[in-house]
Amino acid sequence: MPDTIAQLIAALPILEGLNAEEVEQVAGCSRNVALEAGQLLFTEGSRADACYLVRRGRVAIELHVPGRGGLVIDSVETGDVVGWSWLFPPYRWVFDGRAVAPVGAVAIDAACLRAKAEADPAFGYRLVQRFAAQMMRHLQSTQLRLLDVYGDGSAGHATG
Amino acid sequence: MARPATPPAEATPARRALTPSRYRLVGRRRETDDTFTLRLTPIDQPLAAARPGQFHMLTAFGIGEAAISVSGLASPAVDHTVRAVGAVTRALCGLPIGGVVGVRGPFGTHWATEELDGSDVVVIAGGIGLAPLREAVRALIAREGGGGGRLSVVVGARAPDQLLYEEDLWRWREAGAHVRATVDSAPPGWTGAVGLVTTLLDAVPFDPARAAALVCGPEVMIRVVAAALVDRGVAASAIRVSLERNMQCGGGLCGHCQLGPLLLCRDGPVVPYGGRVARLLQERER
Repeated sequence: MPDTIAQLIAALPILEGLNAEEVEQVAGCSRNVALEAGQLLFTEGSRADACYLVRRGRVAIELHVPGRGGLVIDSVETGDVVGWSWLFPPYRWVFDGRAVAPVGAVAIDAACLRAKAEADPAFGYRLVQRFAAQMMRHLQSTQLRLLDVYGDGSAGHATG
Repeated sequence: MARPATPPAEATPARRALTPSRYRLVGRRRETDDTFTLRLTPIDQPLAAARPGQFHMLTAFGIGEAAISVSGLASPAVDHTVRAVGAVTRALCGLPIGGVVGVRGPFGTHWATEELDGSDVVVIAGGIGLAPLREAVRALIAREGGGGGRLSVVVGARAPDQLLYEEDLWRWREAGAHVRATVDSAPPGWTGAVGLVTTLLDAVPFDPARAAALVCGPEVMIRVVAAALVDRGVAASAIRVSLERNMQCGGGLCGHCQLGPLLLCRDGPVVPYGGRVARLLQERER
């Protein structure tokens, strides 16, 4: 059972391959957080001052649509990262992030981590590589969902 | 001069395969807004029992015929889950209880779940692709002690109200299967997963070295899922996929369901993904 924030972080797939010193760098910007089901991690338009590594539970990425409420456009599962807006100016959330089950996460102070990455570009590169891989997976998932493959009438075998 | 009487047609296996047997619609369950599970019982001599993954050709008399996967076996009754997307399927779904349906088959290959003892089995279905897998899951759950392997079922759908067989999903979960569902998008209040089925694979417990996967859904989904499984170390030869083409005769005669050298109504629909099929799925058909 990991008992330091560095041990918690080292166990997460997103940071796999970072050396102990780099894990300590991330841990120095991190704190452990717990959220109740229904609790918002962030809201659209607010400052993206943290990113969250989900240790357990699920976070829904929502977009409020007038007259329809908070539509769920994506979800983030255990081991995944919530939020990329902290990486790029203007550091503002584009969606809402809501815990839909009790969530245990590591919250990383964005300004702290960005400063360390800028100070040590090799570390910064390795870090961004890992976040970019997650972004690519989510982007590909989104692109495939845009095809609406289940909705075109040809979904599934022998159902003509 | 009187013409000689036409000799009665011989009931050869080929003729039997092309002649529908009459079945009666005895139950209809709405699964989603446009998808129904139809329960049929034989009026004539029952057809041979279908295996999980096989399909029947169903006739809506006066309209036409469509290939429909078997989604439930309750001998002598048989279930088919039908999505009303064309003239035939709309007619089948709209048939009154007691109405008569023509049935030919069963046709094609099956999931061969009896060969999977000892394997961690990952069943992945998209949309109505869960229909041909339903009886396979039931058979896998019935494996004594799981056959020494774990069972996971991952289901994808367009939206929460498009998920098929929700009662079954709960039942399979209670029986010890690891069941996960995800949708493409969801209304407020949905607490389940949203995303492609592949995004759930990391949460599924299986040992790639002894895993087998059964996959059915839209072909694009099958390609992406199979590649994701291979990336996770599952042998391509241990992945079975069910492929859809335009099944017309059901007996490998007409060629409408051709995929390269395969006639999917005869050589499929369930085929091993490894080797030839993986290559065929990469070909750009017109």
